[in-house]
Amino acid sequence: MEIKMSGNWTIKSIFIIIILAITIISAVQFYQHRHFQLPIVAGPGVTKVIKLSEYNERLKGTMADTYVFFLEGKEPGGKVLLLGNTHSNEPEGLLASLIFIENAIVEKGTLIVIPQFNNSGSRVTHFGDGYPLFFEIATEWGSKKFRFGDRNAAPLDSWPDPDVYVHYPDRQLLSYLDVRNVNRTWPGRPNGPLMERVTYAAMQLMKQEQVDVAIDIHGAETMFPVTNCIVAPEKSMDIATMTSMTVTAMEGFENHVEPSPRGFRGLSHREIADHSDVMPFLLEAPIPFLDQPTGPKTIDLLLDGKDPFLLSLAKQKKLFVPYDESGWPMEKRVGQHCSVVLEIMNQFSMMTPDREILVNNVPRYAEVVEKGVGFFYHDPSQAKKDRIYFN
Amino acid sequence: MIIYYLISAFIAAMLIWNFIREKQDKEKMLLYLIVLIPLVLRIFRMR
Repeated sequence: MEIKMSGNWTIKSIFIIIILAITIISAVQFYQHRHFQLPIVAGPGVTKVIKLSEYNERLKGTMADTYVFFLEGKEPGGKVLLLGNTHSNEPEGLLASLIFIENAIVEKGTLIVIPQFNNSGSRVTHFGDGYPLFFEIATEWGSKKFRFGDRNAAPLDSWPDPDVYVHYPDRQLLSYLDVRNVNRTWPGRPNGPLMERVTYAAMQLMKQEQVDVAIDIHGAETMFPVTNCIVAPEKSMDIATMTSMTVTAMEGFENHVEPSPRGFRGLSHREIADHSDVMPFLLEAPIPFLDQPTGPKTIDLLLDGKDPFLLSLAKQKKLFVPYDESGWPMEKRVGQHCSVVLEIMNQFSMMTPDREILVNNVPRYAEVVEKGVGFFYHDPSQAKKDRIYFN
Repeated sequence: MIIYYLISAFIAAMLIWNFIREKQDKEKMLLYLIVLIPLVLRIFRMR
């Protein structure tokens, strides 16, 4: 029997094969990205690891649930909460958090670290900008691979978006996308949209664990004025100012203070301050990768921050940070965050000696710049299995 | 949430139907399939 195919179906078949190939390749890449598990080695200072859903059971079984690492000191003291990857396309927060988890020894007080605060956002890539799905950090024992995520949670986990996100409890109208932005949904609700459930759990954690200081680690564009800074509400302003002055004088990098705006709701530094006794801080380091007028969004640009278009703009004084041929490498950004976090704890301890927190074995700016970020990560293949947490 | 997946499936089915019915315009044939990609990825929960 002879089967004849019309010219019409010949071209249709070619189109189907091409589109099917594109769809399958995309699907495989997205699936591998969403399900890639990052091994986190709990260092000698980690005393307890639980899930964030312990503080809000409505997170259980969702992609937004994430690990919470406790580093408890021998002596009681103050308690500090560290949040990384609030925006998963600002990986400095995750990288700095892991340095604390893998190395810190807490002598006094407690350090609580949530390295992947927006776990869902780290499992989706940004729409339309050609972001890389993964990046690697060179270490002494090879390279450590990370997912590179998006600013907002994955639509697969939090969908559909509303026409306008109405912030709870202030009812301020925000962009529809902000329903998936975990730094617009503070203080959250136990049964609200997924990101509100995350922030509600974090608020409960701070309340139940009697946290004194919360530090939310971010990064921002070089063309955005709120970059290379500490954002602080009124009650955190003294410590933020002292921290800024100290790191500038002692460690040689600039990190100015920005006041937390009263009229812009949903941000961690605003809502934690207004809805709890905790002193919040939000740290920003410049990420040239996030600027719009750059070349292709490559892994090199993410890691070294070198871009000829930004260099040209810097010469025209269009940037809010110093910028030259050396770019803004990851070591500088992560090193800044390590130093600023340590200095906030130091200043808090000096101002409230009865709630002192003493953390050792965490590198400061100069050491991270000299040795690189990867130097401070441990080889998962050499670690005990019960000390490795995959997420 | 399930209703949005049903809507996606319905739109995908309409695109496939239009693709099958299209006899002449090659550009339209290709465009129906390209528009189909994100819908298929969503229905199979890949993206």
